[in-house]
Amino acid sequence: MPVRIQAEPFDPGAELNAFSKTASDVGAVVSFTGLVRDVSGGLEVMEIEHYPAMTEPAIEAMVTEAKTRWALADVLVIHRFGHLNAGDTIMMVATASRHRADAFAAADFLMDYLKSRAPFWKKEVTGEGAAWVESKAEDETALERWKA
Amino acid sequence: MSLDVLYFAWVRERIGLPKEQLETQAATVMDLVEELRAREERYAAAFADISALKVALDQELSEFDAPLAGVREVAFFPPMTGG
Repeated sequence: MPVRIQAEPFDPGAELNAFSKTASDVGAVVSFTGLVRDVSGGLEVMEIEHYPAMTEPAIEAMVTEAKTRWALADVLVIHRFGHLNAGDTIMMVATASRHRADAFAAADFLMDYLKSRAPFWKKEVTGEGAAWVESKAEDETALERWKA
Repeated sequence: MSLDVLYFAWVRERIGLPKEQLETQAATVMDLVEELRAREERYAAAFADISALKVALDQELSEFDAPLAGVREVAFFPPMTGG
């Protein structure tokens, strides 16, 4: 289960192609790519901070949990930290399975958990100043549906 | 006991440092928070509303009423905004 935390940019298309080729007995690959959105229209840079000692173990635990819930052949998670610009790729998740239902559900689950349980914090820097992105109540609500 | 205490995001900014080593007898996370609050205004400001904060013990999410026995590293931070 490759989990990569990196400052460097990556090519989500190339990653997806490579991921799809390594998986065997797979009929479905689902991927999600997250981009830096310029919410205010004046974003100069997005700074992403993380907790290095916790980030990878926390994400690996999420991947392990996803593998117990769904029949997954493989999972890829790449998440960047550091300084990013509007339109840059922040992260991607890809899941591979024999059938699409498991691949879709696992990707959805992993995104909900990455959003509010992986130790990353985003800060938006604009001409007006800098502000930490606040978590949203719906991010917590999103986790509830996986608890049944 | 000796604890490594880490701060992230606006908690780090408000306190003015990313990490420090503390000698403490605090039995729970909340006891540690009370000790820190009493130290200086910047700590009191950072820990004014702990419902806005999360805590991790040895890199695992935990709760403010959790015991600190055997813990080496405590981290305080706002809710995560990954993805």
